[in-house]
Amino acid sequence: MNAIETSGLVKVFGDTRAVDGVDLTVPAGTVYGLLGPNGAGKTTTVRMLATLLRPDDGEARVFGHDVRADPDAVRRLVSLTGQYASVDEDLTGTENLVLLARLLGHGRAHARARAAQLLEAFGLTDSAAKQVKHYSGGMRRRLDIAASILNTPKLLFLDEPTTGLDPRSRNQVWDIVRAVVGHGTTVLLTTQYLDEADQLASRIAVIDHGKVIAEGTKGELKASVGVGAVHLRLRDADQRARAQEVLARALEADVQLDADPVALTARLSGRATEQAAEALAQLAREGITVDTFSLGQPSLDEVFLALTDKKEAAA
Amino acid sequence: MTVTKEVELLPAPKAEDLAAVLLETEQPRRPSALSASLTFGWRAVLKIKHVPEQLFDVTAFPIMMILMFTYLFGGALAGSPGEYIQYLLPGITVTSVVMITMYTGVAVNTDIEKGVFDRFRTLPIWRPAPMVGYILGDLLRYVLASTVIMVVGLVLGFRPGGGFVGVVAGVAVLVAFSFAFSWVWTMFGLLMRSEKSVMGVSMLVLFPLTFLSNVYVDPRTMPGWLQAFVDVNPISKLVASVRALMAGGFDGDAMIWTLGYGVFFTAVFGAWTMRLYNRK
Repeated sequence: MNAIETSGLVKVFGDTRAVDGVDLTVPAGTVYGLLGPNGAGKTTTVRMLATLLRPDDGEARVFGHDVRADPDAVRRLVSLTGQYASVDEDLTGTENLVLLARLLGHGRAHARARAAQLLEAFGLTDSAAKQVKHYSGGMRRRLDIAASILNTPKLLFLDEPTTGLDPRSRNQVWDIVRAVVGHGTTVLLTTQYLDEADQLASRIAVIDHGKVIAEGTKGELKASVGVGAVHLRLRDADQRARAQEVLARALEADVQLDADPVALTARLSGRATEQAAEALAQLAREGITVDTFSLGQPSLDEVFLALTDKKEAAA
Repeated sequence: MTVTKEVELLPAPKAEDLAAVLLETEQPRRPSALSASLTFGWRAVLKIKHVPEQLFDVTAFPIMMILMFTYLFGGALAGSPGEYIQYLLPGITVTSVVMITMYTGVAVNTDIEKGVFDRFRTLPIWRPAPMVGYILGDLLRYVLASTVIMVVGLVLGFRPGGGFVGVVAGVAVLVAFSFAFSWVWTMFGLLMRSEKSVMGVSMLVLFPLTFLSNVYVDPRTMPGWLQAFVDVNPISKLVASVRALMAGGFDGDAMIWTLGYGVFFTAVFGAWTMRLYNRK
């Protein structure tokens, strides 16, 4: 069974179609990434699926339950970790978890035990008796995720779970997400960090202006933009214009000048390796010194920019 | 400086412990409506525990009101402060507690913008429970404020004819009415955009309701058109009920009106609150 199925999902705020006909199919047991810039409609989509907003049109089902007709059945299966930590700042870490455990139906003693267990697992035992307003961003996120798995949910919504975190805290949140998924929970992850989607998600929908503009596995998305890209760094910035000409001829591709004055990037289409080797040889013949050279699949960043560019060009 | 230190020392999540937590997939039974509401009430009490300063409003304000009115108007209105307080005290108790009910709206309004509300709304619980919880927590303030006023009143010479039982019965009616009346504020708390506008509307409603009543002076001294309003004002009915109980009597007519208003506020504003809550 699919964890999420939506068809033609629409949400309108005033004149803005925040979500404009989104079709999604999220298989159970996977991490599905919703990737898009701020204001693309990611959060609105998640809020509709989590029964916080009523869709204006279209259909959405969570494990077969219609979010409009049977929101209570959906609420029993899902947890939400919102963009802004969904915990009570005035209460302590323990109080937050005990409160939610009680609301989920745990008895007093069991709620306390469960809270203590989670705080321990998340390395928060030392701060358990402190008010959450004194927590760091990383600690809040952890507590927030702990609150979401008080009852292991079948579907967990993570709305930009690492926005504003330092790299180390971000890695730790990723580890937690992997552990949760390892135990059979489906995760719908929204993010504006391509790296994050790359790390965690198995399938990705790229969303922009309320519409899904591309969908597939990471490999499929990358392949849709081209075979790969060549990144070059020259020793001498003065040689860059010449290098651009040579490369454009050799690769039969557009060569972009990067912000770094000695760097260039070219997107390849056909026989990537042979073309790249030939290009290097030609640069050497012209007397242009290359410091570093790399050939790789396009990053999701490039995928994303290419997809949104394409759409703008068509409009 | 301690914060930076904590960030550095924040231990990594423990994989084994996390696994143990996740392995427990038994889902407990959904809590009853009462249990969920009481849990939210507990949350409100915890907030008072962490920020006890917020009780200043419910203690200092009533004391100020009673001192001001007793000594400022007592002589002019009833011959002496000692005589006036016999008339004033039940009414000033009502005024103070009803004034405090508006903080329910402020609390709802400041909370609704925070992420924690999203979590509450995605829980499979009885929908009105978070709102009922606010009001349950506020009942504690109402009881506290009433107690403070009664103690100050007794010190200043208030001698209720109904004795202890009469006073407790009066306070009970007042607290029950305030529970019903709080739904007006949960509604405004959800409706208004900011804390300030909630306060503004509260004042606009509460000042006429409490002053254009029988709290301070006998309505028979007022012009006819004003008497007409004062007579139907829910606060007047409530004050009449409480005054009678504290004096050792029972005003059946006022009591029925008070009860009716209570049911009305709960039904209309409770339903309205839930409508807004579900749409938010």
